[in-house]
Amino acid sequence: MDILFQQIVNGLVQGSVYALVALGYTMVYGILGLINFAHGEVVMVGAMVALTVLQILLAAALSSVLAVLCSLMVAVAACMALGYGIERVAYRPLRNAPRLAPLITAIGVSIVLQNLAMMIWGREYHAFPMPFSNGLHELGGAIITDVQIAIVLIALLMMAGLMLLIHRSRFGRSMRAVAENPSAAALMGVDINRVISATFMLGSALAAVAGFMVSANYGIVHYYMGFMLGLKAFTAAVLGGIGNLRGAMLGGVVLGLIESLGAGYIGDLSGGFFGSNYQDVFAFFVLIAVLVFRPSGLLGERVAERA
Amino acid sequence: MSFNKISPLLVLLVAVISAGCGKTETQVVQPKDTDELVVKIGASAPLTGPQAHIGKDNENGTRMAIDDANAKGVTIAGKKVRFELLSEDDQTDPKAATIVAQKLVDAKVNGVIGHLNSGTTIPASRIYSDNGIPQISPSATAVAYTAQGYKTAFRVMANDAQQGKVLGEYATKNLGAKKIAVLDDRTAYGQGIADEFVKAAQASGAEIVSRQYTTDKAIDFASVLTSIKGKHPDLVFFGGMDPQGAPMVKQLRALGMKTQFLMGDGGYTPKLIENAGAAAEGTYASLPGVPLDKMQGGRDFSTRYEAQFKQPIQLYAPYCYDAVNVMIAAMQQAGSAEPAKYLPLLGKVVHDGVTAKIAFDEKGDLKGGAITMYQVRQGKWQAVETMGGTAPVAAH
Repeated sequence: MDILFQQIVNGLVQGSVYALVALGYTMVYGILGLINFAHGEVVMVGAMVALTVLQILLAAALSSVLAVLCSLMVAVAACMALGYGIERVAYRPLRNAPRLAPLITAIGVSIVLQNLAMMIWGREYHAFPMPFSNGLHELGGAIITDVQIAIVLIALLMMAGLMLLIHRSRFGRSMRAVAENPSAAALMGVDINRVISATFMLGSALAAVAGFMVSANYGIVHYYMGFMLGLKAFTAAVLGGIGNLRGAMLGGVVLGLIESLGAGYIGDLSGGFFGSNYQDVFAFFVLIAVLVFRPSGLLGERVAERA
Repeated sequence: MSFNKISPLLVLLVAVISAGCGKTETQVVQPKDTDELVVKIGASAPLTGPQAHIGKDNENGTRMAIDDANAKGVTIAGKKVRFELLSEDDQTDPKAATIVAQKLVDAKVNGVIGHLNSGTTIPASRIYSDNGIPQISPSATAVAYTAQGYKTAFRVMANDAQQGKVLGEYATKNLGAKKIAVLDDRTAYGQGIADEFVKAAQASGAEIVSRQYTTDKAIDFASVLTSIKGKHPDLVFFGGMDPQGAPMVKQLRALGMKTQFLMGDGGYTPKLIENAGAAAEGTYASLPGVPLDKMQGGRDFSTRYEAQFKQPIQLYAPYCYDAVNVMIAAMQQAGSAEPAKYLPLLGKVVHDGVTAKIAFDEKGDLKGGAITMYQVRQGKWQAVETMGGTAPVAAH
């Protein structure tokens, strides 16, 4: 029983990260109807920038709390700038082009970012320094670390903040307006370009936080870490209903749980025929199943809801 | 256009990008001097991806041997020889390895040092064999590599049958493990060494309570390890390399498990300690051969390596160094760098290398390889015991 509970905890931790990244996919899709395939790489860049800043600050013997906060903030700022840049360079010139064109530039940006990161940070795995002792806590038979508790709490906070921003603020209202009908929003005096840029920056900020979280959890950073994470978060967004914010959060958590329970029990259930090496397959199995049977996802693409 | 309509396109695109990632690195061949003999040594290892640091280390070891030979001035049949290195990235991918092998064959290399992984070495070995190019793998340990009957396949490291047996016996006899969980990364190497480990551990009376698998790209092992935790093993063995070993031992400790953690030669790297941090403490790993500081000329080799490449040896660099020198020794004895001419002598060469006295048996395997167990103590790999080999050396 405590093993099942532990698997659920594992799934929730993983799912919170997927959810944060999935929000970035879904926000952009909601507004532009575009899949930003470079989003996974933004997560990676966030992790890499955080790593560099953290290394410098820790070497300068700054207090560990300050160092972690500073590196997180620099990573968020860097990713927001990157998100803005990606939109300006790769998507804005193609806004009225056929759907396939921005999809291809998205993949191009993804490859460029991966290779740039490889040139800057090298191709090996880097240890991500965590200046705190990572305490273990027992929770009904399951073990959870400080970092993992922080991941779940921060993810929840960020998601709550995002919902508030989109549903309660003036900026959120213009985002929803652009999502619903860009030309009507423009006629009402909404600066579409500004809203779109801001959406990219918001999604990238979430990605930077997610990048920091995965790195702190695994203690490892490398230049292609964003690729698989990005695909899985995309799957989570599709699972929840792409374009739907609540769907992305739900999809992330559900995907995390499916992966964790699936990988944990597939060996025993199939009598050893399939093993836990099929962990990554679950996400793509889910992706295909959703695309075939329920392309609108769990919560569907409610136009009024999307942002 | 709705999302439904672009979704098949998306799946296709994802497939295309995942298949198309990767690139090669080629050394540019310099213009030749007419009065000297140019001998091209091919080398292949993963230079991108999770094992890039180990692959680069292999390339460095090979390069160092070639630089040394060029500096020393080797002559074959009275002609001065200049060695050239052609280094290719196989991405740890069996498919890419065959492409790389064909590329090296087409470039008319005189011999190949590689590949790093058993999973890439085995498919590539067929291409080298078909073209009669001698191949010495510094680090492929899968039994299958030399069991294919290819005359061109050699290795300068003990194989998995030798290593897995030592590991299995060490786990049960020296560490007293009774209930063992075994994981591997499903590569030819990981699977091979894990299977041999299981055989040896069971033969010495241990019970395998869980047999789990992962991949050589994974970094999340929480669910697999949780499932293992439910079986309460007193030792976890992982057949795989350090990119997975480091996060694995870290997550093992994060689940509050205090079991012993044991790996094969793929875990014996400074990177494992660097990436796993404090969680690495107490981890065991094996490495064929005697400890570097017990190797003849080992200390000198490591000083020179660090001076040239500004980093410590990761893993197999000394083995690559020896592999090149064995190849050169055979060429000198044959008086020719032609593969067909020196290949028959390669099996007979006895070379006093950095890692060991190297001689091959009739299959191309290393004769009588010693195996050393190491443990992480105070953040450093420390030799614990050396077993097997022609002259067993008692480490501290």
